[in-house]
Amino acid sequence: MAAVDPFAPLVATGNLRRRRRIDLIMRGSATAAAVVAVAILGIVIFSVAQRGASALSISFLTQDPSVGLGAAGGGIANAIIGSVLIVAVATAIALPLGVLIAIYLTEFATPRTAAPIRLALDLLNGTPTIVIGVFVFGLLVVAHGQSGLAASIALAVIMLPLMARTTQEMLLLVPHDLRDAAHALGTRRWRGIVGIVLPSALGGILTGAVLAIARAFGETAPLILCDSIFGNGTSLNVFGTAVPNIPIDIYHYSESGFPNDKARAWGAALVLIVMILAGNLAARVILARQRRRMLAR
Amino acid sequence: MVALTIAASVAVIALIGLIIEQIATGSSPSISNFGLGFLWHSTWNPSLSVGAIDANVYGAAALIYGTVVTAVVAIAIAVPLGVAIGVYLSVLAPGRTGAVIGPLVELLAAVPSVILGLWGIIVLAPFLHSTIEPALHTVVGWIPIFGPASTTGLGMFTAGVVLAIMVLPIVASISRDLFLGVPRELKDGALALGATHWEMIRGVVLDSTRPGIGAATILGLSRALGEAIAVTQVIGTGSTITKNLFANGDTLASRIAEQFIGTVSKLQTASLFYCALVLLVMELLVNLAAQLIVRRFERRRGLLV
Repeated sequence: MAAVDPFAPLVATGNLRRRRRIDLIMRGSATAAAVVAVAILGIVIFSVAQRGASALSISFLTQDPSVGLGAAGGGIANAIIGSVLIVAVATAIALPLGVLIAIYLTEFATPRTAAPIRLALDLLNGTPTIVIGVFVFGLLVVAHGQSGLAASIALAVIMLPLMARTTQEMLLLVPHDLRDAAHALGTRRWRGIVGIVLPSALGGILTGAVLAIARAFGETAPLILCDSIFGNGTSLNVFGTAVPNIPIDIYHYSESGFPNDKARAWGAALVLIVMILAGNLAARVILARQRRRMLAR
Repeated sequence: MVALTIAASVAVIALIGLIIEQIATGSSPSISNFGLGFLWHSTWNPSLSVGAIDANVYGAAALIYGTVVTAVVAIAIAVPLGVAIGVYLSVLAPGRTGAVIGPLVELLAAVPSVILGLWGIIVLAPFLHSTIEPALHTVVGWIPIFGPASTTGLGMFTAGVVLAIMVLPIVASISRDLFLGVPRELKDGALALGATHWEMIRGVVLDSTRPGIGAATILGLSRALGEAIAVTQVIGTGSTITKNLFANGDTLASRIAEQFIGTVSKLQTASLFYCALVLLVMELLVNLAAQLIVRRFERRRGLLV
């Protein structure tokens, strides 16, 4: 703001009304921006719910797809199970690694050793998911072909920085007194971490895990390269073959010209979005409970 | 046990190296064939038929152009909107309303890109095609980038709008956190001096967090540059550099997603790897820039407080 002469006498400039009007307009536009964002979310969810609901039925959830594009009937049961398997394997890889990295960063690292690891996590987080897909393609798919495992590994790379970061934030919130108390009782450092620090941050770690899992369920780009089988494939052998999954189904059905397929895309989108929103909601509930527990202490 | 945590941490750094190594190796046939010219030639012709002009020749200029254009459209829409939402949530929102709207805005980030793309094809594209694009063309059509509306609603502009929706929650939540970090005394001080709320926001809140807003913009840009699926669904594919924003196009990421499965030659695969390499380098630079800004910002703030 412009420099003010403190000795100048205070005189009404007469532009107060104009200033008030600008204030009102600006505050109004900020509020409008928030309304726009919520409206977009509402419109997207409404579109998916409205169009997806007509495709949804018990058989849509329990049957495998009918053969070929454009055919009537059939469901996405194979893709639902396939997605769950792929994400489960990815979580089994990323969660322990992420927690270990977070433990190192909060408990053992010096500022100097922490810096490159933090930078690596940030860079990994900023790497486009399609590039991670190309990476895993070069690493595994070229030699062994597409497989659920390749997709799981790509998803694990995407989840890793998310898991590490949230876990680290939660570990930092654990009061230092707890660590000192464990130390004073003569427990070894590692037992203190496993027995005291991790359990008190468990809620937060779970929250981070659930959010990362929800993210992984919807991730499509790496699957196109690593696990793009689509339609009525029924193999669910994650470690050996390509496995059908929901995002790839939505992607292909959305680009198909047949109305049956478009309906199926919306149905699959509804299933996916419900899973993801449920995950986000669950994460929030866990976090709120954790916070209450922390405050109660 | 301590060794285990160290091993995991070293593995992350190694992972970055491995990613770069794999993608560089994969693209090496294309690099040795086209060199850096790949960056400024826009021919992309996977055809193998003998005698065809430029058969099996690849260049990424049009893709880089599409990547930058869609990302700029996204940023131009999402940053002002996101900062405004940040202001609303941190300064204006009355207690409980803000506590509801904040998480809802964040939830927008949880919508998977493939669903946003599906919505983009079927709901957004027809709407932009029938209303926004013709309106922009008639009002500001003398600027060449606002040419005639697209025929289908699919195109770079639509891709930019979809990207803006993805970037919006990132910018909004970072700027909210930034603005909440502005010391209360400064805000109250400005109000006590007789500033209106807007003058306080502009003079104190926005002014003191400018580098942070810059970093938020760059993080949003990073997201927009690398998004593949939703862009592939709504951009309509094309290999020429066109001024008209509403025309079809392609980005580096969308080209990879479209063509990777079903390539007709080794050189095409290598060229798609090359695209990934270009994208990776762009992202590394953008992310490092964001890191630098954040670090400098933190140092300055450390001096202030």
